[in-house]
Amino acid sequence: MTKNKTMLYAAIMAFTFISPFLFPTYGTQLATLWLMIIVSLTWDMTGGQMGYNSLGNIFFYGTGMYVAALVTIGLTYDVGEYTSAAGGGIYEFTDLQYFGGMALGVIAAGLFCSLTAVIIGSLTFGLRGPYFAIGTLGVAIAAGELVSNWDWVGGGQGIALPVYPGDLDVGKTFFYFLFAGVGVATFIFCKWLYGTRFGAAINAIRDDEEKADAMGIHTLRYKLYTWAMAAFFVGMAGGISAFQLIHFEPLESAYQTINLGIFMVVCVLLGGKGTLWGPVIGAILFHLFKEITWNYLLGWQWVALGALIVVTVVYFQDGVMGWLEHKKPEWFGIRVEKKAVGDSK
Amino acid sequence: MDQFLGNIGLLFEFPIVNFKIILDGVMVGALFALAAYGLALVWGVMNVKNLAQGDFVIAGGYVSWWLVEHGFPALLGVPVAFVVMWGIGWVIYKLVISRVIERDLFTSLLATFGLAIMMAQIMNLMFGSDTQSVDLGYPTLHFFDGFIDLPIAKLIGVGMATILAAGVIIFMKSSRMGQAIRATAQDARAARVLGIDTEKVYAFTFSLNSAICGAAGAIIVMVWVIQPFYGIAYSIRAFVIVTAAGLGNLPGVIAAGLGIGALEQYGSHIFGIGYQQAVAVMLLLLVLLYRLIQQRRNRQVLK
Repeated sequence: MTKNKTMLYAAIMAFTFISPFLFPTYGTQLATLWLMIIVSLTWDMTGGQMGYNSLGNIFFYGTGMYVAALVTIGLTYDVGEYTSAAGGGIYEFTDLQYFGGMALGVIAAGLFCSLTAVIIGSLTFGLRGPYFAIGTLGVAIAAGELVSNWDWVGGGQGIALPVYPGDLDVGKTFFYFLFAGVGVATFIFCKWLYGTRFGAAINAIRDDEEKADAMGIHTLRYKLYTWAMAAFFVGMAGGISAFQLIHFEPLESAYQTINLGIFMVVCVLLGGKGTLWGPVIGAILFHLFKEITWNYLLGWQWVALGALIVVTVVYFQDGVMGWLEHKKPEWFGIRVEKKAVGDSK
Repeated sequence: MDQFLGNIGLLFEFPIVNFKIILDGVMVGALFALAAYGLALVWGVMNVKNLAQGDFVIAGGYVSWWLVEHGFPALLGVPVAFVVMWGIGWVIYKLVISRVIERDLFTSLLATFGLAIMMAQIMNLMFGSDTQSVDLGYPTLHFFDGFIDLPIAKLIGVGMATILAAGVIIFMKSSRMGQAIRATAQDARAARVLGIDTEKVYAFTFSLNSAICGAAGAIIVMVWVIQPFYGIAYSIRAFVIVTAAGLGNLPGVIAAGLGIGALEQYGSHIFGIGYQQAVAVMLLLLVLLYRLIQQRRNRQVLK
């Protein structure tokens, strides 16, 4: 069994490495797939494992974008001057300024998002169930609206970052590996986390918060730490996205509440909430569905997507993993008592 | 910052501006209150949080707009939108909502969110993404040297909203179905034991909500403009109002609706029109925060 598992992981890793070279035309799509996996995995940390369904995780994605971009620009030029030129001025970045700024910016994005998660969380974690969802959704929408009125960071126009220096095809592969690296790191981190006492504690919060509190778990602290960890990875992913997209603006690409903000939730539900592999499988299925409808059902793609959300939520909420667990419980180490026939007495 | 202070100063320099802002706000607020009342009804009776509320409003507006485009009188739009949206609401209830009532609250939130995306996009495909409105052709009244403009269309709209609200209130208080709805809201199991067909009550309530929203939308298209993706703005405001007023508190809903209408107009006067949406969302957060602090005093959480 363990040998099989090692083989499986090795195969997945190998596929991760060679896929951009196998399908060179789909480089950007594959990178986006990793982005979806990252945001789904991190959404599941609070939504699936801790029972706090946030609709505002997109806030960290957008904030990560802005922080990474502003750090990179700020290291070399004056931010206000740069953004007011709206891509019109000539601002050269050397390789060192570009890659150094990106490395610093992405890390700063992760750390800053963790910090904001702690601040926002300490206010919103008193809300339960749907109020938490609405409250976090409100935070994300408000952030988008405020940023789009803030001229120093480019206002509604957004920010145009420098283009990847060098060959653009190499750039695509470069961003793929950045996303894949963060994605693999997120997965390994989640796998490790859910096996620790910390994982057990957040599961206890999900199952019954009052009892967990009574058992001596400092629930608020655990909730804040979990959200901060999730925000760290989402923020980094957002930072990388900023460089991949080159130009982004607040409402449609950074704080895209009704696109990515809701997709991540659907991915998790589709794959199976509260499982390690669920978000990954869900993200892959969802991304496939999305790309296919975008290609073949143009115009109706949003209707198809809304229908997918409704159908998933209403009829298929346990997701792929839940369905598998029901069909093949022995795969999950659940022993089912076979109905003993004629065994009485 | 100076600009904001200047705008605030204007309010004191010309007190009549306040009157204009409040008047505008109350008119918008009356329509928000209608949508919010529908939301409170559905929320209270079947514990479903309908994020597609705003899209019902916009859909009602398009029904009315379509009628006018095809040569029918504009005022006919309100009753027709009421009836059409009643039917659409019933279908949506049977297809989706009836299956999420027993589930946890996040399920209904997400399912209706998916519904909202679908409805907005279908309207976009059917009617195009331009803003639309219906011109009633009534003149505009001017008061106080033109400081205050009052289009008669707005007055008619507010009047119709009032009539609609009064009708719904009387219906809920005195009719047999209204009593059944209120009984189900209090305790669905007890109502079932006493012989109320709760399934029918749920279907009726959701259709009624959809119809109220539709009529509100038909009024909005006469007074302001609609666009397929404006729905979310009305959904947010409905949530703000219901969260602030609480469920089953009709005077509270009306007061909160009017108040939020006025506050939003003040916000966009002081900070500029770009902040209007932001002001509405910030109000939602403030209301949630206020309720949270209120609850924390009793060591409780907002469920």
